[in-house]
Amino acid sequence: MSGMRERGVWVALAATLTIGGLLVYADGGALFGQSSTVSMLQRAAGLGIVAIGQTFAILAGSLDLSVGFVISLTSLIAAETMAGSNGMVAPAILAVLAVSAGIGLVNGLLITKLRINAFIATLGVGLVIKGYLEHGYAGPAGSVPASFQRLGYDRIGPIPMSFLLMVAVAVVSWVVLKRTRFGHHVLAVGGDVDVARLSGVRTDRVLIRTHVICSLCAGIAGLYLASRLGAGAPRVGAEGGYDLESIAAVVLGGTVLAGGRGGVAGTVGGVALLAAIDSVFNQLAIDPFFKQVVRGTVIIAAVAVYALRLRRKEALA
Amino acid sequence: MTAEATLPSRWRFGRLTGIGPILALLAVLLMVIAIRQPSFYDPPSLLAFLKRAAPLVILAAGQYFVIVAGDFDLSVGSLVTAEVVIAARLIDGDPAMTWPVVALMIGFGLMVGLANGLITTALRVPSFITTLGMYLILVGAVYTWTGGSPRGALTEEFRLLGRRGIEGIPFLQQLPYAVLVLAGIATIAVVLMRSDFGKVLLAVGGNPRAAALSGARVNLMRVIAFLISGLFAAVAAVLLGGFGGVSFQVGAGLEFTAITAVVLGGVVLGGGRGSVIGAMLGAVTLEVLFTLLNLFGVSGALKSAVQGLIIIAAVAIGRTRRN
Repeated sequence: MSGMRERGVWVALAATLTIGGLLVYADGGALFGQSSTVSMLQRAAGLGIVAIGQTFAILAGSLDLSVGFVISLTSLIAAETMAGSNGMVAPAILAVLAVSAGIGLVNGLLITKLRINAFIATLGVGLVIKGYLEHGYAGPAGSVPASFQRLGYDRIGPIPMSFLLMVAVAVVSWVVLKRTRFGHHVLAVGGDVDVARLSGVRTDRVLIRTHVICSLCAGIAGLYLASRLGAGAPRVGAEGGYDLESIAAVVLGGTVLAGGRGGVAGTVGGVALLAAIDSVFNQLAIDPFFKQVVRGTVIIAAVAVYALRLRRKEALA
Repeated sequence: MTAEATLPSRWRFGRLTGIGPILALLAVLLMVIAIRQPSFYDPPSLLAFLKRAAPLVILAAGQYFVIVAGDFDLSVGSLVTAEVVIAARLIDGDPAMTWPVVALMIGFGLMVGLANGLITTALRVPSFITTLGMYLILVGAVYTWTGGSPRGALTEEFRLLGRRGIEGIPFLQQLPYAVLVLAGIATIAVVLMRSDFGKVLLAVGGNPRAAALSGARVNLMRVIAFLISGLFAAVAAVLLGGFGGVSFQVGAGLEFTAITAVVLGGVVLGGGRGSVIGAMLGAVTLEVLFTLLNLFGVSGALKSAVQGLIIIAAVAIGRTRRN
């Protein structure tokens, strides 16, 4: 079942690339030229890493609305700790991972121990971080050394380092979800939390871990954005719309919002689809705002198609 | 337990306990204001406060209908922005256009609500995704339509509802139109929820399958809830357009503030439980909180942090008390 849902997004991606590529070609451009491929992959990297983390939370039946603010916060922690010095890169990365894991832990504890709805808990935590950011920072702060900027700019052929980073995160996540006991527990908790508990899964612990992973991924995306921008940016996460767009990418990839069904591969497809639409529109120089209209329509249409297929399958069964 | 059981008219008591926590929180905040700035309670300044709070209370009431039916409406903030930007461009300073455009705004709000409802029910797209998609579509559409910056202007007649009121009332000085609109919307909301419609809506949100088996038209109820949310958002947009200038920021983030208010008022996400009075009190409480933070000179930046902490604390306390 989930395999079929995940295939849907790849079909849509292939169609977008083919039709978009032809349109761009007819327009006198090239969708697969070096520079447009690079920018397409770079756009995919940041959102992709966040969305992979979000996949864990959603699979477990939860969701995380705080990721946008975690990205901004960790980009600042990275840039301010590094302060332009090579020697501070490793401590800065550790600090970012520690802080983001801590935020994930708080999210998870609020949801499991205080039994606050995930929507409200992560929205509340996000607002607290937002207040801290707006109070403490008027604009970009800190700076990353040239060596760390290579993460944002280096590439092997047409493939940016950042895209490889996303692929690495995706592969690790795929293995964790498909091949470990924890991965099976995540799906069990998302499918039916009571059944999972009765079959001996420590459901609270599983849910907390998914939130820690989700925040860690947001922290990694914050590191990437700091390297890309050369500094920490207090509004980069909120302005990029990472919170809602990461959820949209996950759902576009065939993962069910209620949890229990789906996976990382689909999410990567969802992110690639959004990035491909972006690229086609950029190459055709269509009004950038109109892109949003298309995104919204594609997201709704995709989920409607998944729902229709599910109904057909149930009718056949 | 036994004490409660022996009380007369137990259903009434039950209804009051639902909004107990929010009433307590509101009372505490109002007491702090009374100590800090007694002049807040002068009728004119109290009415000015209600005028300021009206749009959020109206949005929270609309969001309540959707949430209690088991759905979300994340599109209301972008709908408010779209409405104000559309109104400014269509009116473009021409007084004769004011009322036709207000009618159009109401129609547009209903249309967006209808689209949200039909996509959610007929196409079975989760409302979180439907309204998130609608949010992207509305924001993208108004930006595309205006080329990136709002154009046109609203007329004085349009701003009347948001800014002015009935003058020369003894003791009150001025009765703002916004407060009258708020009173009207609140009455409609309460009457709706006390009617059969309200009872069926609660049943639909609580257990859609059971409601369907007992004859409720579940999808129709959910569509109506979205229609109400779209309609109330349009009304809030008329008031907000009157208060402030025309900008793309006018509705930004209002969907989350409205949902926060509803949850603060004791309404359970997922549907079936909570009262519309609680939802509206939740919105009033948030506005009192913002006023209080201003009084204490808390920087605007820290406001969201305090807001976040209060929501988490209020919901956590509500939960532990219920268990």
